[in-house]
Amino acid sequence: MNSLLQVERVAKSFRGLCAVAEVSFDILQGAIVALIGPNGAGKTTLFNMIAGALAPDSGAIWFDGARIDGLRPDQICARGIGRTFQIVKPFAGLSVLDNVVVGALQRAASVNDARRSAAAILDKVGLGAKRELPATALTLPDRKLLEIARALSTRPKLLLLDEALAGLRPAECDRLVALFRELHRSDGVTILLIEHVMRAVMALAQEMIVLHHGNILARGAPDRVVKEAAVLECYLGENVEL
Amino acid sequence: MSFDFIGFLNIILSGLLTGAVFGLLALGLSVIFGVARVVNFAHGEITALAMYTTVVLFSFLHVDPFIAVVPVAVVFFIFGYLLHGAVIHRFVHRPEHVQFILLLAVAIVITNGLLITFGPDARGVSLDYLLESIEVGPFLIDRGKFYAAGVAVAAAAGLFSFFRFTATGTAIRACADNLHGARVIGLNVKRLYALAFGLGSACAGVAGCMLVVLVDLTPGSGPVYTLLAFVIVIVGGLGSMTGALVGGALIGVSEAVAGFFISPSAKSMFSFALLILVLLFRPRGLLGGRL
Amino acid sequence: MNRRASLGLAGLSALLVLLPAFAGNYLLSVATLFLYFAFAGQAWNIMMGFAGQLSLGHALYLGAGAYTAAGLYFHFGIGPWAGLWLAAALCAVLGAALGALAFRYGVAGVYFTLLTIACAEFARIGLDHFDWLGGSGGLFLKIAKRGDIDLANLRGPPAMFYYVILLLAAAAMALSAYLLRSRAGYYWQAIREDEDAAQALGIHTFRWKMFAVTLSAAMTGLAGVFSAFYYGNLFPEQVFGIHRSVEIILAPIIGGIGTIFGPILGAALLTALAEGASEIVAALGWEVPGVKQMIYGLVLLIVIVFLPQGIWPALARKLRVKK
Repeated sequence: MNSLLQVERVAKSFRGLCAVAEVSFDILQGAIVALIGPNGAGKTTLFNMIAGALAPDSGAIWFDGARIDGLRPDQICARGIGRTFQIVKPFAGLSVLDNVVVGALQRAASVNDARRSAAAILDKVGLGAKRELPATALTLPDRKLLEIARALSTRPKLLLLDEALAGLRPAECDRLVALFRELHRSDGVTILLIEHVMRAVMALAQEMIVLHHGNILARGAPDRVVKEAAVLECYLGENVEL
Repeated sequence: MSFDFIGFLNIILSGLLTGAVFGLLALGLSVIFGVARVVNFAHGEITALAMYTTVVLFSFLHVDPFIAVVPVAVVFFIFGYLLHGAVIHRFVHRPEHVQFILLLAVAIVITNGLLITFGPDARGVSLDYLLESIEVGPFLIDRGKFYAAGVAVAAAAGLFSFFRFTATGTAIRACADNLHGARVIGLNVKRLYALAFGLGSACAGVAGCMLVVLVDLTPGSGPVYTLLAFVIVIVGGLGSMTGALVGGALIGVSEAVAGFFISPSAKSMFSFALLILVLLFRPRGLLGGRL
Repeated sequence: MNRRASLGLAGLSALLVLLPAFAGNYLLSVATLFLYFAFAGQAWNIMMGFAGQLSLGHALYLGAGAYTAAGLYFHFGIGPWAGLWLAAALCAVLGAALGALAFRYGVAGVYFTLLTIACAEFARIGLDHFDWLGGSGGLFLKIAKRGDIDLANLRGPPAMFYYVILLLAAAAMALSAYLLRSRAGYYWQAIREDEDAAQALGIHTFRWKMFAVTLSAAMTGLAGVFSAFYYGNLFPEQVFGIHRSVEIILAPIIGGIGTIFGPILGAALLTALAEGASEIVAALGWEVPGVKQMIYGLVLLIVIVFLPQGIWPALARKLRVKK
């Protein structure tokens, strides 16, 4: 199996403050990997570098065999990486359907094709009935669904989910986890997610990477990683007995 | 022709004095934009309103502009405070362009209100002592310009002191620096914003009062001063009060020099060129910090 | 468009096409002014309503278009139908230059607006000193002889101008409607709502913003060409002045930014109000400058405070012309 994403010694500092310190990892095609760590660990910075919103100070990022570090976000999307934002960004003046059409136009030849494929995606995530509503009329869980549907409409090979489950109640959370599982199974989407909701991470991730102060602390299967002393220490502090 | 160095210095000095008044005008805009985050596109129009107020006070009540300064400052402070509280505050969360258009509308209403009330002819204030010159060494300074600059500098100093040494002033600065933090510690942000707008408006008022001493005015003066204030604030640096004053001096001098050497009508061309360059290459301005 | 909308549009079109048959010269001139603002407003709407960039310096393109075409006619006898191509091209280049510089250097929001104002003012003062094009004294085009219709040189009776601007306004409306429903429309609206999200969905925001700015500038240039030949004289202050820029934006803002019919409704309302007010004031015997502008300002104020989306969206729902 091939590495879909290869992050090679990537580093980023902001005015002298090191956010990401020479991080390297790779993600195999078809995997579901969770990126966890305390706040300020550098997770979103890493995401932003992969998605093209930021350029790394040093290092390289390879996707599907080609270098992508330093490319614009729209170029990276064209190559097959889709992302959601931590704070959802719906296009407020447009309807739910039109929001997804914008993304679908990336792969569709005509507006009509895009509308068809957008409608199909909305049905898949469960927003089909609400497609004519203005995006602003949606509740938070539905907005998250919209964000995901929009990212999916660009037919990504790799989906970057930035705290997609934050602020959701357990039932809504479970529903989304089931959706991700289904997408992974049916469309073969590789998923890299930043998440704090451990319930979801344990249920979903095949592999977990722990980031702390810009460095990778641990990597491996979720149930093993959560028991590692170093990981517990970074979350709970020293002198904790378990 | 030998270069008249003293004459040249006189022009620069004259520009500096006028620049002090411009600086006060820009300082008002800087406070409004830096604190209340309002793009006050009616700033020059408020100034024009103050100018006409001063002229009316002079024509009908024979009040010397240098005495009128105090009531004008108070009235325009109240005007700004009320305008913000009643109208502008509701627009704080709306998209930026909506705010801009709101103030544009206010500007249009003020300018044309002045036009309808006073007509298009130029007006001014003529006081004998304004035309005298003060001799300082080899330099000849207009008495009027000198006093006007003095008032402007005093007003600016007063504003600086207020922000530096009073509790309310510090609170306003806190709001500007960190809005969430200010709210969290319980500051009444709405009132402080309105206060800031009032202060900025008062600056515009005082500047207008002093400008009457320097130039004639027409209803069309409003937009001219709005643009001038923006040029100065951006060149000097948004969010920097010192920048506004430095920018004012710079623009005052450059307009004086350009007006003399090139042609009076071309002087603002230089200011606009400067604005374009600053916007493109150094949007922070000369002394500005965060954008 | 639903049936009501289609019928309404058809009725309005018929009225406008047949107007010269029964309207006097005064009404025709008012209608011409309305269509001019409708056309220029739609051009501005592409940049603001669709792509979300607030330009308060569109007079730059009006002036560039006007002076290019007028200058070609005045000095070389080149008629407006040929001259307009150069005028539109020049305006496109100006718009592209401004857009490229602004977007490349990250000049956005209020800074972009100030940049547009500065450029227009710079041009105004520059042309005041440019004597080859008349300078501050103005440039005057030959007036047509009575009764002559010289369509090639756009010298003729008011009805001729009326049909030209009607054609332009109709074409602009058709173009706007087409663009809004196309890929361009979706991408522009996405950029307007959230540029970061738009980029993450594969939109090359710089390119599409440039498209909006360039098209808007070129169309506005055509409005300038029209006004040069309609009025027959140009003064830098009149053509490039900031009040011209403000005039253009009033109709789309009052009618409804980002809609197709908004600018047209706004233009109709404003023209009607302004002319009505002028009539009343004249009838009362007052010789007061500034009344028209004051009305503009008050209407703008009322609309932006109570109906920031413009009048058309609410009205369309009431008339049930929209679904």
